[in-house]
Amino acid sequence: MMTINNLVNENILPKLETTHNQHKDQKGILEVQDLSAWYGNALAIKHVSLTIKSRAITSIIGPSGCGKSTFIRCLNRMHEVSHGGHVEGCVLLDDKDIYARDVDPVVLRRRIGMVFQKPAPFPTMSIFDNVGAGLKLTRFFSKRWEIEEIVEKSLRRAALWDEVKDKLNQSGASLSGGQQQRLCIARAIAVEPEIILLDEPCSALDPASTLKIEDLMRNLAEQYTIVIVTHNMQQAARVSDMAVFFMMAPDKAGELVEYGSTSQIFTNPREKRTEDYITGRFG
Amino acid sequence: MRLINDNGPEAKSLMKARSWRYNPSTHFADKIFSNSTLIFAMIIVGILLSLVIVLAINAMPAINKFGFSFIGNSSWDAVRSVFGALPAIFGTLLSSAIGLLIAVPLSLGAAIFLVELAPLWLRGPASFVIEMLAAIPSVIIGLWGLFVLVPFVRKPIESWFGSKLGFLPLFQGPPFGVGFLAAGIILAIMVLPIITAMSRDAMRAVPDQQREAMLALGSTRWEMIRQSVLPNCRSGLVGAVILGLGRALGETMAVTMVIGNSYTISSSLFSPGSTIASKIANEFSEASSGVFVGSLMELALILFGITLVVNVIARVLLWRMTAVKGTME
Repeated sequence: MMTINNLVNENILPKLETTHNQHKDQKGILEVQDLSAWYGNALAIKHVSLTIKSRAITSIIGPSGCGKSTFIRCLNRMHEVSHGGHVEGCVLLDDKDIYARDVDPVVLRRRIGMVFQKPAPFPTMSIFDNVGAGLKLTRFFSKRWEIEEIVEKSLRRAALWDEVKDKLNQSGASLSGGQQQRLCIARAIAVEPEIILLDEPCSALDPASTLKIEDLMRNLAEQYTIVIVTHNMQQAARVSDMAVFFMMAPDKAGELVEYGSTSQIFTNPREKRTEDYITGRFG
Repeated sequence: MRLINDNGPEAKSLMKARSWRYNPSTHFADKIFSNSTLIFAMIIVGILLSLVIVLAINAMPAINKFGFSFIGNSSWDAVRSVFGALPAIFGTLLSSAIGLLIAVPLSLGAAIFLVELAPLWLRGPASFVIEMLAAIPSVIIGLWGLFVLVPFVRKPIESWFGSKLGFLPLFQGPPFGVGFLAAGIILAIMVLPIITAMSRDAMRAVPDQQREAMLALGSTRWEMIRQSVLPNCRSGLVGAVILGLGRALGETMAVTMVIGNSYTISSSLFSPGSTIASKIANEFSEASSGVFVGSLMELALILFGITLVVNVIARVLLWRMTAVKGTME
């Protein structure tokens, strides 16, 4: 295991190694400043400012249509992939704006990985190739054994190795939904990102698979910064350290209502709207 | 089928109830209606079958006289009544191959542009223009080919290839303009719209999650297309190409106008030649003897067989594509 870590840190992705170590303390890794996002002319979220803590799980909760997913997609510039998607404001990663002109979104997305709502393994690739897909993109890895080691390590971290080690050559689509989602998490961590964004990762899964993914998230939080969007408040309360509450403003744009530690948000919310939502009075 | 299997006896009983309630035999008008639509459907099948049967019957004189040597024989001699199909089969395959060689990269490039890269406002109009190309009657394309394309093929294209690459057998011989190359280019133009439209639909059927998943791993747009979009729809793409091939094999009018209509087999792309379709179009009015007519019919039968096989392959591949899409959704 040590050799793999050395490989990753020293030879393969030296840039990541420095940033990893900088954030061992609980300081902020992502600083969002006055972020607004549009789809064409429609304002989706407005004036969001918050600091996401390193090596912690931050959950984003709120009723449907409040811009949770839009917000998380702004953090690794996936929002601009949607037609007409554009933003104002800035998101600082290591004190550098990810929306600056000289930032390549392709490089950025290797540092900030993402897992989507629906498990989306590449159906034409084997389980092995699914996990290795991102490694091949970076072109740093040419040797088969390097990829093999990292694939195994990623699958182990995603708590999937024991279930798939004997069928790595089978299609990723042959797995169950929960396994597919863990495969997608393995695929995301294989490229050694610093931050993992999870966009409602359990909404398509059964309760048992959901619990497995939640356990996995707690383990991953020791090494990665995790931001998770969820519409399931119990899940947010169970797994997250910090919680963000979003709501739709009267003009239909999502806004940040309250941000604090999970225990404070759920037991002692400052805002009336947060309390109403959490106690189930609407949404 | 699937629905019934998945839901077991419950679904079956539902189906039964439905057919009892709307049983056509309970109403006289319904009976007439359902029977008449059945007749219409059978007429179409009957036309296809009778076509094949009539072709086969009329081809019998040639089949009896030449047997399998018809396919391997290169002569077409009405005086001695000796006929063979080889140059026509050769010309059909060669011109279609040239056509696909030109059309496939162009079509795939156009489809990738239309689905992945073009700004939204351009996608509709650009697709429309490409589909309009398919609506041009082939005689018009042939006319354009004869008066615009053939001189262009003769002067810059064939003379350039002849002088620079004339040592290759492919580019030897006098530049006539008319010939396999001109026919191939015409065919490329004619199959472009169908391959573009079909492969565009195949790429569109790839779910956006697949694209986003690849982008989120840190892929460039091109890597996303190559590793996510294209592999996901490859059977659809192959189906599109084969459907284009099916059209190229049978195309008659425009090819007849530019291929030169000489019944020869040549290694040179500049050489005039014939396809099965152009041979039939040129000769049917002169066919007098039973063997002559029979030979044309047998040519038709061969072409029918080739296009049938090609189209079945294309349909199966396209059908598989939609089946895959269904399971991914």
